[in-house]
Amino acid sequence: MEEADLPRSNDQPLLVMKGVSKSFPGVNALENVDLTLYPGEVLALLGENGAGKSTLIKILGGVHTPDSGTIEINGQVVQMDNPLTAQRAGVGIIYQEFNLVPALSARENIFLGQEAGMMTWISRSEEQQKAVDLFSRIGTQVDPDQLCQDLTVAQQQMVEIAKALALNSRIVVMDEPSAALTPREVQGLYEIVDELRAQGIGIIYISHRLDEIDRLADRIMILRDGEHVATKQSADLNRDQMIEMMVGRSLKKEFPEREVSIGEERLAVDGLCRGQAVRDVSFTVRRGEIVGLAGLVGAGRTEIARLLFGADRIEAGTVMLDGHEVTPRSPRQMIRKGLCLLTEDRKNQGLILGLEVQDNFGLPNMNDFAPLGLISQAAETAAFQQFVDKIRIRITGGRQVTETLSGGNQQKLVLAKWLQRNAEVIIFDEPTRGIDVGAKYEIYLLLNELAAQGKAIIMISSELPEILGMSDRIVVMREGQVAGCLVNENVSQENVMKLATGSEVSMTG
Amino acid sequence: MKNRIFKILIADYGMVFVLLFLCVLISVLTISDIHPEDPRSGRRLAGLMVKKYGKDINVLVVARDIDADRKFAKAIQEELTRLGANVVGTELGDPYSVRQRLEKIGAESVQVDLVATHNFSSKWKIFSGETLKKLGTNHPVLEKLKVVRPPSYRWPTFLTRQNLISILNQNAPIAIMAIGMTLVIITAGIDLSVGSLMALAAVVSAVCVQEFLGAAQASGLSVMLAFVIAMVVCALSGVFAGVMITVFKMPPFVATLGLMMVARGASYILAGGADALKIEATSVGALYSTSILGIPSQIVIMVALFILAHLVMSHTSFGRYVYAVGGNETAARLSGVPVVAVIIAVYAICGLSAGLAGVLDASHFGTGRPKAGEFYELQVIAAVVVGGTSLMGGEGKMFGTFVGALILGVIQNGLNMAGVDSYRQMVIYGGLILVAVLIDQLKKKVIKPAAAV
Repeated sequence: MEEADLPRSNDQPLLVMKGVSKSFPGVNALENVDLTLYPGEVLALLGENGAGKSTLIKILGGVHTPDSGTIEINGQVVQMDNPLTAQRAGVGIIYQEFNLVPALSARENIFLGQEAGMMTWISRSEEQQKAVDLFSRIGTQVDPDQLCQDLTVAQQQMVEIAKALALNSRIVVMDEPSAALTPREVQGLYEIVDELRAQGIGIIYISHRLDEIDRLADRIMILRDGEHVATKQSADLNRDQMIEMMVGRSLKKEFPEREVSIGEERLAVDGLCRGQAVRDVSFTVRRGEIVGLAGLVGAGRTEIARLLFGADRIEAGTVMLDGHEVTPRSPRQMIRKGLCLLTEDRKNQGLILGLEVQDNFGLPNMNDFAPLGLISQAAETAAFQQFVDKIRIRITGGRQVTETLSGGNQQKLVLAKWLQRNAEVIIFDEPTRGIDVGAKYEIYLLLNELAAQGKAIIMISSELPEILGMSDRIVVMREGQVAGCLVNENVSQENVMKLATGSEVSMTG
Repeated sequence: MKNRIFKILIADYGMVFVLLFLCVLISVLTISDIHPEDPRSGRRLAGLMVKKYGKDINVLVVARDIDADRKFAKAIQEELTRLGANVVGTELGDPYSVRQRLEKIGAESVQVDLVATHNFSSKWKIFSGETLKKLGTNHPVLEKLKVVRPPSYRWPTFLTRQNLISILNQNAPIAIMAIGMTLVIITAGIDLSVGSLMALAAVVSAVCVQEFLGAAQASGLSVMLAFVIAMVVCALSGVFAGVMITVFKMPPFVATLGLMMVARGASYILAGGADALKIEATSVGALYSTSILGIPSQIVIMVALFILAHLVMSHTSFGRYVYAVGGNETAARLSGVPVVAVIIAVYAICGLSAGLAGVLDASHFGTGRPKAGEFYELQVIAAVVVGGTSLMGGEGKMFGTFVGALILGVIQNGLNMAGVDSYRQMVIYGGLILVAVLIDQLKKKVIKPAAAV
């Protein structure tokens, strides 16, 4: 560490983690990592997947016990044995996966676990008042009586934040808080973070989105392979430097170049309907083309993907594959027709986490490996190994349990199983969500390669730069309908946002 | 690393160790005097007699009039003749017939020095010292009469071939149904109907033979046909449950609970309210009583099915699909797994296995018993759970189920031998199931962090 990263040496730090190390069998997750957090600042924690961010946070939250190192809060050494001691010490952590009980109301969730005992009387009105106060403190309006299952993802996030604050936390950790939010909701999140900072709370903010870091962070701490690389004032770092520090090598560009050669029409959708979610949607995808599906969360993008894949029933409209009409009835049927879907929710929909990686890989490919029902392990292993090498899936072996893979590697595994199918139309739903910068680039390269092979690709993404950087054509959705289609010179972040939100678009030509 | 291998060993084969431990424990507890009655001990007895008394002896061989004793007696007789001793005769019967024979021998003044028999018959009153003495005074030729039997030795009664085979044989129906149940539970389902379906199969085969296939005149082929019909009925019941569960989204517990009651009721109706519906065809017992290399057919069928099921689960796409559906139904569907078909097939197989158990029951008793398999569903589920299959679905092994079924069988056998009454057996049984599942949970807690590399 250099002198420069201690900007307020006169302030007493809220939190000091010193020389923290932690190893899991076979892996050194963290090695001698220091972290200092001051009141009223946002410290961005950056690093690729597997760099040790989550482990560090879990140590702070009392989920893991460090092998060595100390944690001081307000100058006092604290022994974090379990999540409860962390809460009592004023650490509120909002994990990437929410910990809300869907069938309880927002208010009940906020105060869950804070009841004085098993059988204490809960004063409803008191809690209600507190909940309203909390929500107004973070400047949002959520009805405390609404059930969490009825709240949007963004609202659930607010509940999580309120829950963290209800404990009077002076230290708030947010792990990828924007991952599931729409751009508009992300703006709201920024305001909340600003508000908390103004109240003197120290915030540790983890994100893969560099524009968020630019917007929010006071200081930036970078981890790589479990080691502390640097902590710097955010003004002293530009994006390229950040990425370089994270990946340990310089990435020339965020999005790779590609030779575009577009062939004949492969998929044509006409007048697709399902309830309010998808209304009269028409578009086409050609060979070698990447079509971006943009829009706010809830605009109907994922629903379209599910309809095309046969996961949900089409109410009206036609789907043409290579000029032949097909009626998607089931994923099994559409997979046979050469269409596949990489779902946005890998953990719950894309993979069976309890199975071994090779079993997941083979699952849709039983036609290849078990034509008569009897699986040829040798053929499966050979085919799998080919993809492991080709798209660099980092695993210890085909018998590794899928659950233990990092997000990026899980995504590659999903991709591998579909590539083995030799699918001709591939729908990517948020292909890089929760994936680190290095792995993202590799996924982009793969997308380009697939397009170059003449496959038709639909990419759904909430990250505008990704949509703009990768797509040949952008179909923007709004409230279940196609709001517009952008090509070439009309493609711009502003136009996409205007179409998505329903304001005027300035088109040229 | 060593520690980890040990943990994995415990996790994967822990139940095998439990089974071995139980076997050793029960063996030690059941060590007692064994009085052999087999042909080999007969030959040995003959040898010992000649060795001790010389070959100049006159021997009467005595045993009961049953198959096993006949072989025993024949072995003694042949061996004595081979060694040059004189066998006066063989008496197969009861104490009364033995007395008659001895009186007759005495009356005819035939010299008899030794009576060769086994422990059971040597306890007959006719062979008590007093009776023999009286016999000796009446007939001088019988004065020096001595009763000899094969030497006894100490050995666990649990660990005899006969007992081990009977454990396997008694638990075969439950183990066979546990194969189907394992499939169902791996898909995160449950099937409560197996016990009732077992009864239904038994009664349906009885009705088929009696009403349609010629009752007493039914040929072996007709009986087989009846058995097949009964199994198909059970498989179709499974299909019905599967359709309820998949198409109509009924919870498996409820769907199979309904089926359980319907099938039990239907069995009683078909049996006309009788406790058992007699199957008059002579060939009905053939399936049950056939044995291969001395092993009853039920056991052979059970082992063959377990091997088949293991291969299906580990080497076929169907097996892979079953694990996938249980692990995550949504992801499986989106990966192109025919989820509905897999679930229906799994319940159909479970029904089929219950049908097979019922058919074996009918063949065993020669009747269709509407009472057959009562509460078996719970024992079957217990066997699967003790075998390490998670009720949450997605994991489980056929080998585990096999071991689970054996553990339950061995415990029951051990408790019977220890003379524990059936009420106490139930308490112990239930407790052991809880312990088994508890171990499973603890094991996961211990193993998981290490595995999560």
